[in-house]
Parts: sequence; structure tokens; C-alpha cells
Amino acid sequence: MKKHLTVLAIMTFLFSTTVFPALAANKPPQKGEVLPVINLPVPKDPDEKNYLGLSGSGLFKIPEIKAKAVIVEIFSMYCPYCQKDAPGINELYHLIENNPDIKNKIKLIGIGAGNSSYEVQVFRKTYNVPFPLFPDKDFTIHKGCGEVRTPYFMVVKINEDGTHQIVHAQLGEYPGAESFLELVLKASGLK
Amino acid sequence: MEKKRLTHVILIIASLSVFASVSIAFAISDVYKGNIYQVGTLKPIDSRLKVKVGDPAPQFTLPAISGEKISLVQYRGKKNVVLSFVPAAWTPVCSDQWPGYNIAKDIFNRDDAVLLGITVDNIPTLFAWTNQMGQLWFPVLSDFWPHGAVAKRYGVLRSNGVSERALFVIDKKGIIRYIDVHDINKRPPLEDLMGALEKLK
Repeated sequence: MKKHLTVLAIMTFLFSTTVFPALAANKPPQKGEVLPVINLPVPKDPDEKNYLGLSGSGLFKIPEIKAKAVIVEIFSMYCPYCQKDAPGINELYHLIENNPDIKNKIKLIGIGAGNSSYEVQVFRKTYNVPFPLFPDKDFTIHKGCGEVRTPYFMVVKINEDGTHQIVHAQLGEYPGAESFLELVLKASGLK
Repeated sequence: MEKKRLTHVILIIASLSVFASVSIAFAISDVYKGNIYQVGTLKPIDSRLKVKVGDPAPQFTLPAISGEKISLVQYRGKKNVVLSFVPAAWTPVCSDQWPGYNIAKDIFNRDDAVLLGITVDNIPTLFAWTNQMGQLWFPVLSDFWPHGAVAKRYGVLRSNGVSERALFVIDKKGIIRYIDVHDINKRPPLEDLMGALEKLK
């Protein structure tokens, strides 16, 4: 009987950890915290790979991006605010890329909560999104981020020693490219 | 014998507890603020289809939010038609479905298709709800009265009076070419619908 229970307990544990590797969080990531477990595929597109300063293939974690700060937007192609904000986020990307002082220090990525690759591509094409977007079809990352409403923005500061910290997080209310860039620069200590 | 039974009971409870910990995931746009009513996890499908692929699509005329009346027959010989039944306004998954179709207009156009969104809600409710989605390019129809009559004719009216989350693709001859009565708790992937439209060519 005891033997049965032990086997059962081990099997249950193994099953739950295999099927649900990203443990669901009960609240969205906040300022001052580290990121939840987020594994993203290294982009196949050479331009995107180059933009993020990544090499090889397989999975990577956000702090591996070659930058001082990374802006992460949790979005959905099904979210009206994300659609409305899309041109303004593109403008933010261009503001950064056109400024030689910050071009290689701040990077921008989007994660499509519950979106398949196809759905992410529809969003990318509709709004001409110039920065890397990643699908999160089965909501794994979204669950790890406390099932945040969308869009949810996080600014992640990456330290020299490879550690990182969320220095800003906000739900919606995107203030426009210039104001948001100002906020990112201050929060990440780049200004 | 008693011990064996106990082991079985524990095994069943342990297995169920693993599944019970899985919440149904959906992203809710901040556009709806705190106005989305949480319905919890529902029985995936709670109706029996009355039509099948290859059948002529049952005809209907329903009022649209715009004030006009839309009849299925008006598209005969002109456009393929996608019927998107969603269960109810102001609920989680539904609120994050049509806004996606709203940015896929060019794909519907490419496949010479129109989209008709249908729920069993009344017009004022649909008006307030869809206003949060921005300007929708497709008609939104109310199957409110006689309650759920069209959903019932297609066999997608659930026992509690809301419709299933169901997609029907009807070709220009009025024949049903694709049916997806989806798990009500999940959003159908866009690529599945678009794949079905592509096949009409």
C-alpha cells in the first residue's frame, strides 16, 4: 500500500511538472521583481536574430538579449488596445533605432498571449511591426505572467553580470512613443 | 480488498487534482477594463448539430446593430459566408475573438468571403459591447428573438440559452462547407478558419 502511494506521488509530481513547466503565477510581474520563466525560440530570421544579438538556435531567455534594457509587450492580435497602440509602439522602435546613443542599448520584443504563429504573423503584417514577435499559443508565458490583461508592458534592466530586474511594469495606457521612451530611459538608468 | 479500493480512490482523486489545477487560459484585452463577467469553465459542447457539411445552409434573416436586416440569401451567388456564433457578450473568450477577425479583413476579402457575427444577445447589449472593439467591418446580428431561433436551427443552441462558439463556412451556392463547433472555453485558431476558406477556391 505504502509502495503504491509513493509511486503515485512520484508519478503525479512528474506529470504535473512535465505538463506544466511554467508554474502559473497569481499576479502579473511587478517592478523590482525578476522575470518569470520565459523561454523563447531564437528567431530564424537573420535580421531579428541580429537585432537581439543572439546566435545559434533553440531557446533563449530575455536577459540573454544583447542590450542594457529590453521592453517586453505582452499583446494579442485579438486585443483592440494592442491594435490601437501598434503604430505608436512601432514609432518607439524607430525612435530607438534612429538614435545612435541608445540603438544598441534598448531592444523591443512582443509576446502574443494565446496567439499562434499564424495569428502573430497577421498582427505583424497588419501593422508592419518591425521588431521580433513571439507566439505563446498555449498561454504558457501568459500563465507565468499571472494571466495579465493586454497590453502589458515590462521594462527589463539587464546588468553587466547577467542578472536582471523589472524596472517598470504597466497595464495598458501607452502614453505615446516619446513619453514612453523617456520613462524607459529613466527607469533603466540610461539617462 | 478494502485496501485495494482505497488505492483506487486515491489514484482517481490524485489524477483529477492534477487536471483540476489547470485553469482555462484566455487573454483579456484591457479595453474591457473590469466589465467582463467570469463564467468559469463550461461544458465544452452542449448541443447537437442539426446540419452537416454538404447540407444547404438553413436560411435566416436577423437584425443587425446597424439597424438593417441581413438575410443569408442576399449573398447567394455573390460571396462565401462565414457565420461566427459566439456565446455571449461581455464574457471572456468571446470578447477576444471578433477583434482579431476585425484586422483580418483582407484575408476574408482574398477568399471572397463575408463574415456575419451572431449572438443571442439583444441589439443594445451588442451595440455597447462591440463599441469597445473599435469599428467592426462586418455585420453583427442579434438572434435574440425568437430567442436563439437561428442557433437552434443550426443545432448550436446550448441548454442554458446561449449559443456554442461555432463557425460555419457557406459557399456561394449556399452549401455548408466547413463546421467547427469549438470548445466553448477556447478560441478557434484563425488559421483553421482561413484554411477552410482557402479550400473553397
